[in-house]
Amino acid sequence: MPPVATTPAKLLAGERRSRAAAFAWQSIRLLTTLALTFLGLTIVTFCIGRVIPIDPVLAVVGDRASPDVYERVRLELGVDLPLYQQYWNYLVKLLHGDLGTAVLTARPVLEDLMRVFPATLELATVAIIIGVCFGVPMGVMAATSQGRWPDHLIRLVGLIGYSMPVFWLGLVGLLVFYNNLDWVSGPGRVDVYYEDVVEPVTGMLLIDSLLAGDTAVFWNAVSHIILPASILGYLSLAYIARMTRSFMLGQLHQEYILTAQVKGLSRSRVVWRHALPNIMVPLITVVALSYGYLLEGAVLTETVFAWPGLGRYITAALFNADMNAVLGGTLVVGVVFIGLNLLSDLAYYLVDPRAR
Amino acid sequence: MSALPLLTVEDLHVSYQGRSGRVPALRGVSFEVGQERLGIVGESGSGKSTIGLSVLRLLPGTASLAATRLALRGIDLLHATESALRTVRGRRISMVLQDPKFSLNPVLTVGQQIAESYAVHAHSTRHEAKRKALEMLEAVRIRDPERVFGLYPHEVSGGMGQRVMIAMMLIPEPDFLIADEPTSALDVTVQAQLLELIDELIRRRQMGLILISHNLNLVASFCDRILVLYGGRVMEMLNASELASARHPYTRGLLACRPLIDRPQAELPQLKRDLAWLSEPVGAGVARTRD
Amino acid sequence: MIETPIGPASWRDWLLAEAPQSRIQARLSRWYANWLALRRNPLAVSGLIIVLILVLMAVLAPWLTDRSPYDQALSARLQPPSSEHWFGTDELGRDILTRIVYGSQITLLIVFLVSAIVLPVGLIVGTMAGYFGGLLDTILMRITDIFLAFPRLVMALAFAAALGPGIENAVVAISITAWPPYARLARAETMTLRGRDFILAARMQGASALRILWSHIMPLCLPSVIVRLTLDMAGIILIAAGLGFLGLGAQPPSPEWGLMVSSGRSYLLDQWWVATMPGLAIFIVSFGFNLLGDGFRDVFDPRSQ
Repeated sequence: MPPVATTPAKLLAGERRSRAAAFAWQSIRLLTTLALTFLGLTIVTFCIGRVIPIDPVLAVVGDRASPDVYERVRLELGVDLPLYQQYWNYLVKLLHGDLGTAVLTARPVLEDLMRVFPATLELATVAIIIGVCFGVPMGVMAATSQGRWPDHLIRLVGLIGYSMPVFWLGLVGLLVFYNNLDWVSGPGRVDVYYEDVVEPVTGMLLIDSLLAGDTAVFWNAVSHIILPASILGYLSLAYIARMTRSFMLGQLHQEYILTAQVKGLSRSRVVWRHALPNIMVPLITVVALSYGYLLEGAVLTETVFAWPGLGRYITAALFNADMNAVLGGTLVVGVVFIGLNLLSDLAYYLVDPRAR
Repeated sequence: MSALPLLTVEDLHVSYQGRSGRVPALRGVSFEVGQERLGIVGESGSGKSTIGLSVLRLLPGTASLAATRLALRGIDLLHATESALRTVRGRRISMVLQDPKFSLNPVLTVGQQIAESYAVHAHSTRHEAKRKALEMLEAVRIRDPERVFGLYPHEVSGGMGQRVMIAMMLIPEPDFLIADEPTSALDVTVQAQLLELIDELIRRRQMGLILISHNLNLVASFCDRILVLYGGRVMEMLNASELASARHPYTRGLLACRPLIDRPQAELPQLKRDLAWLSEPVGAGVARTRD
Repeated sequence: MIETPIGPASWRDWLLAEAPQSRIQARLSRWYANWLALRRNPLAVSGLIIVLILVLMAVLAPWLTDRSPYDQALSARLQPPSSEHWFGTDELGRDILTRIVYGSQITLLIVFLVSAIVLPVGLIVGTMAGYFGGLLDTILMRITDIFLAFPRLVMALAFAAALGPGIENAVVAISITAWPPYARLARAETMTLRGRDFILAARMQGASALRILWSHIMPLCLPSVIVRLTLDMAGIILIAAGLGFLGLGAQPPSPEWGLMVSSGRSYLLDQWWVATMPGLAIFIVSFGFNLLGDGFRDVFDPRSQ
């Protein structure tokens, strides 16, 4: 019998080329979608800022502004122009990084956002790490014990997480772990006497303190971040565990799992080495999505924990009727959402060999 | 048939939990296989595949299994612990599944999957496992093992995928191979080559084989003995050479349904089934026709 | 066949009949089968009980307690839970239990109003996009995607900020952020229904597109949309409470639960009950909706089993 004819090299090359073309086409599609979504986002923020309020000028300057300030802002906003022209001006300014000036800080909104965003990023990142480290194993465990008590228990833990008002959980957490047990530090990112000790490089205190080699600040920052991050992490854990479970159940009924078992592999090797890599793509999407939701949860958590991040910036701006700051913050969160979606799409190409 | 049975199955019953009660899949199947090629034939739903999974004790959780004996050369498979079973699976008994499109893990390279199969039983180093895997790829007549080693399952053809599957299942050198419809998902031209390959490998390694198939022609030409299954019961067990003179009405029905090139028919007869066969003892149908 | 009058004893048999004799029987027996499946799920049953208690509490509030949620008694401020005041009193001496009981009315009102906006909007947008397809579908789904790209709470915050604080505006803000998933769902259902024979038959009989959408497609989309809505209830309650907590929802002296947590915050360390009790109420109610929704999903979506 002759040896098997392998695919001729020429054919393979052609296939590669067409795959590259498909990849390029996919990328173009993806980027167009992104651009359109971004435009839509700006239309929405534009509408919230300029169309919905009865008096957009008042929304920007607040009730206490003097008549000449009012008049100046009115001209600045160009409220007398037709709407599409107003939107165009808004968009052009936006693309130049001009989000207007914040009433509260009297600084450009963009500058403010760049200052507060790292704090939120740090909080959300620690939270997502907690969520993934606990959520994925819990989901896997629930799937492998489907219908038995660990599955029910994990489901219950997840449902409780879904049902938790995060601001209330934060308050109760502060009451118990800070006030009663004194296991963690209270509100804020760091104790007062450690404030402004390390040079801000990334704006994320945990990293900056390590860069500066200041372990005292690092551990103090850890003791501050651990409670809010755990609370946020619990919320994402609930979602991640549930999705991991359902993806995993889908894989455990596939035939390649049977193959792995026929080979005599242990249960854990079948699950972790064979099934888990197959759910990586949807799992990354889920993690990216819950990272986005964490930013949202951060709005409330930051208020409770006096965390000087994006969420507290937005809420503080709300109470000063500082629409520029509110909309700038909203836009940033929206852009981060879009970016996370893009990342999870890219992950598909990196993780799944079938897409390469 | 060799004197020493490798695999013994006695009075095997399996049922699955359905939406409305238990559905029996096997009702009292018994047979022995030695170092030979046994073919199991039957229609869809006759319980063919359940036999293979029962022997490996890999039935899904909804199934329940009962038997008086289930043993591989002295190893009691019926009462073995899960960890004891893991040393049997792959190492003593292996199974080739139907379609490499589904039975190979899509995100691991074929080389990784073959090497893993070796490493897990031989406790070898990574390097050693890779060397063995390349040898095995060559043994299943893959021309460029180095290249194929790094390919993902979606990058190989169905025929090559099934060779990979065979390599993966034979690399721990098991005593016994169960092939569950190993060629049904492949092109007809590739089918013959692959069967030839299986034949050669199990002969050289002195293994026992169970070939599960719905294709009577294929089983008759390939196996030493044939077990005919209907509704989870053994209808008849006969030597492949005696197939033409099969006595059980079901087997004869199956034979009559084959399209034959030297006996052209406008319309193939419809297979007649009799539920009474399921309740009578094994061999009764054969005995009746003898009278 | 012998005619047997349907007495109470055979209701069960009638509902469980293998071959229903009429459309009503078929429909009722399917509901009955679903109910039986739901009843077997202890979590779903406890969820149903919690939701029923919430509804009863809201309806019977004036009869459950003779106190008023607004009456202040400054002499009895910040009293710990006791036999007099089971959940204690707040900073103005109001009975917290009474306020929670009345607060259930606000929670239910918000949930009801949001559903009343989101269901029709989602159904109309989704079924139209799915049925007509083409450019309309592309445009509508693009818009849906844009709204999905925003995190809900932040968007609701921005809307609430633009519209001004208050329950009505909170409802509008939540609705604006909540409808896109329903449009997606209704669209997906419509796409699978669009090519079915009974739709083609209706079209060949000369039924207008509007009529087909209204009387054939929407009723069939409704069950899955309602299941989704049950699952979403908890989220709606949490966002409403979050807005209340931030001061953008209900305004004082309303006994809205989120607002109550917010005002109890200042007394957290010494008078823990003021913030804890209403928060517990929010948690239990959204937990109840989640349990119920989870049970619904198991019953109506066989894939999840």
